[in-house]
This record gives sequence, C-alpha cells and structure tokens, in this order.
Amino acid sequence: MKAHPKPLKSTREIFRMPLLIGIVSTIGLVSALLGDGIWDALSWAALGFPVAAALYCPTRRS
Amino acid sequence: MASARSLRIWAFVHTWTSIISMVFMLMLCVMGLPLIFHHEIGELFEEHVVAPKLSEDIKPKSTDEVIATAKRLRPADHVLLVNWREDSPAVVVVAMSETPIPVPGMLHRIQIGARTLSVLGEEPAHFGVMDVILKIHKDMYLGLPGELFLGFMGLLLVAAIISGIVVYAPFMRRLDFGTIRRRQSPRVTWLDLHNLTGAATIVWLLVVGFTGSMNTLAIPLYDLWRGQLLPVLLQPYRGMPVATPSAIDEAIARVRGKLPDTTVTSVTMPTSARFGSPQHLVVWTKGTSPLTARLLTPVLVAMDGSLNVIVPEMPWYLRALQTSRPLHFGDYGGLPLKILWALLDVIAIIVLVSGIYLWFAKRKFGVGLSREASRHRDERAAEARAG
Repeated sequence: MKAHPKPLKSTREIFRMPLLIGIVSTIGLVSALLGDGIWDALSWAALGFPVAAALYCPTRRS
Repeated sequence: MASARSLRIWAFVHTWTSIISMVFMLMLCVMGLPLIFHHEIGELFEEHVVAPKLSEDIKPKSTDEVIATAKRLRPADHVLLVNWREDSPAVVVVAMSETPIPVPGMLHRIQIGARTLSVLGEEPAHFGVMDVILKIHKDMYLGLPGELFLGFMGLLLVAAIISGIVVYAPFMRRLDFGTIRRRQSPRVTWLDLHNLTGAATIVWLLVVGFTGSMNTLAIPLYDLWRGQLLPVLLQPYRGMPVATPSAIDEAIARVRGKLPDTTVTSVTMPTSARFGSPQHLVVWTKGTSPLTARLLTPVLVAMDGSLNVIVPEMPWYLRALQTSRPLHFGDYGGLPLKILWALLDVIAIIVLVSGIYLWFAKRKFGVGLSREASRHRDERAAEARAG
C-alpha cells in the first residue's frame, strides 16, 4: 500500500492512451485496404502498436 | 462523467453481455487462430499441382479447348464450372459432375495446364481438419440458425466492449496506463491485465466482431437478392433446354470489355441447376484493388449466339457486406498482417480468459465495480469541496 496515493486522473488523461491506440489501430486496419506496398507496410507498423502495448506493459516493473 | 448509478448499469451490461457471449467468443477466437492461416496451412498439407514451367512465349490455350480436354477425360459428365486460381494462373480447374445437378461431394475437379492442355490430376475433395474448424467457427454445424446465433453473440461482444470502455475509467483513476500490480492479490493482477489487454484491442476487436456478425447475414441477404433478382432475370429462360456453351473466351472478353477493372475468377456453364441459367454463361468477376477483391459480381452472357451481356445490379447492402469481409479475415495485407491478426487474437483470448477469471474467482466483479464507482464519487465530492 502506498502512503500517498497518486492524484486522481481526469477522464481525458485516462483515455488518452486507449484513444491513441484506437486511432493508430484504425489507420492500420484501413490502410491495407487502400492499396498494396507502402499501404501494407503502414498497416503493419500501425497494428504493431496495440500488440506492442499489450506485450510491453506487463514486462515493466510496477 | 457517468454517475455511480449509471456506472452500475454499465457494469451490469458489461458483466452479462460478456458472460453470455464468453464461451462462444472463446471458441471463435481459438478456432479463428488457425483459420487466419487457412491458406498457408492448406499449402503446407495439400498436394499441390504445379504447372510445368514454360517460357512466357507459349500463350494459354482457349477455354473451349480446356473444356474439350476435360470432356475427353470424362465424356459422359456435365461441365459445371471453370475456375482460374489466383495463386496458380497456369492451372485451370474444370468441375464436372455425372448428374446435371451436382450431388454434394461428387464433383470432379480436373486440373488442366492452361498452356499445355495436359491433365495435371484431380483435386481431392476437401474434407480436412481446416474445413471442420471453419464449419465450427462459422455455424457450429447448425446451419443458418447457428450462424445467426453466433452473429448475435458478436453483437453482444460489441455491447461488452462499449460498456467495458465506460467501466474502464473508474479503475484507472489512480493508475497509469498499462500498470500491472503484482504485489496485491492475483485478482488485482488479472484485473490490470484484463484492463490493459482490453484497452489495447478495443478497435480491432470491435471491427472483427462486428464484421463477423455482418458476415453471418451474408448468406440470408445474398439468398434474398438472388431470390428477388435472378429469378426475374432468368424467368423467361427457366425450363428451356440447356445451351451448348461455345465461344467462351469471346464471352469472357465481352465481360472484360464491359467491366475493365475486374478479374474473372470462374465461369458457370449453362445448367438446369438453380445456381446458373440454362441459356447463359455466368461469369464471376471480382475487383482488382484490395477493397474490391472480394466483391464477386456475377455477369450473365447469353449463349444463344448473341453473346449479350447482362450485368445485374448488386444492391448496396451486399456490396457493404462483401467489403466488410477482409476486415474480418485479415487477409488483405500479406503474411505480416496475418501474424499481427493472430497476435491480436491471442491478446483477445487473454481478455476473455482474464474476464472469466475475474467473474469466477470471486463473483464480486459487479460489487467491486460499484464500490469503485461510489469511491470515485466520494473522491470527486471531496475534491470539489477542497477546490
């Protein structure tokens, strides 16, 4: 238990990261539909973001 | 922001939409994992016929010649379909049946070299493990009712995700994104994992879940369209003798002339069966861009010598449905996209399993959530007083 709890976050702060992941995911889902080559590459990079977030965060020391 | 009372309602929605759809979602995610690599697994295990390497100078033979070759092999059979495979354009598959209306499983798929006219063998009937997995994933062997049921479960998943976004906030008031608290009870660790994996996959899971639900409407809506349009178009020809197909390449060329940006995938021969017309060739075309590559449009070409082309107008809902299909399958951006699809699927499985754990472990999720909500309200009130 922490002696001094962290200050409360605003709703905007709470959803900043999920919103960013959501926007980047949307770009990734749509870009590969629009074309091949560079569009596919953009899609891979963008959809790598939610995967990276979900895999990286649990490895951090809390 | 949501009041404690509305949060309790959202928590209730999240808990129950999840619990009802959970078992089916878990099945869909697990079965879906190998299905992402359907094509690759097929290549690995199937005996693939490889057309002999020839110089580019040798032009493909005409489709009429290909059909004649198949006819020589099985003279008594009816030619039903001619199919060009995207991954091996040098091989033409001619589907033949002993009966004019094919019996399921009794179709002979003869593979013929497009340039040599050599018979490369017969494609085996598909009854592999992947087909079983696909069938379970699609309708659990319950046909259309099973399919629609899974579609409804997909809509519950959408509701669970949206309510999950609302109930995410009170848990994260004091936590940084992605925090996993390991030193407290396992329930807290699992809760953090559930919140992280859930938040990371919101958009992907919404899209895959919703397009999956839309796919379950594909068959009934397609049947509706066919039921409304094709019979009207073909009414004058029903019961007429089955025309002898000829000048197929010219017919295909006419279709290409009318729809320049399309690829011809297959041709249904004149038939007395319901999937075609006795007096027409049905030329199946699809678009060439990733967005339209799954838009299969049937085009009719009269086989009475006139080669008149009829392009039936496909309604918007079928077009929307077909466009949504790649977004479910993840097969529109090469192997890397499929791998990402698989990873996101595994993360979604973690969301589901941690959710099941949270419910079973203490059956306190709803209680915990409303407690969280009232604490949040108290704290806000305290802050308001202080400020």
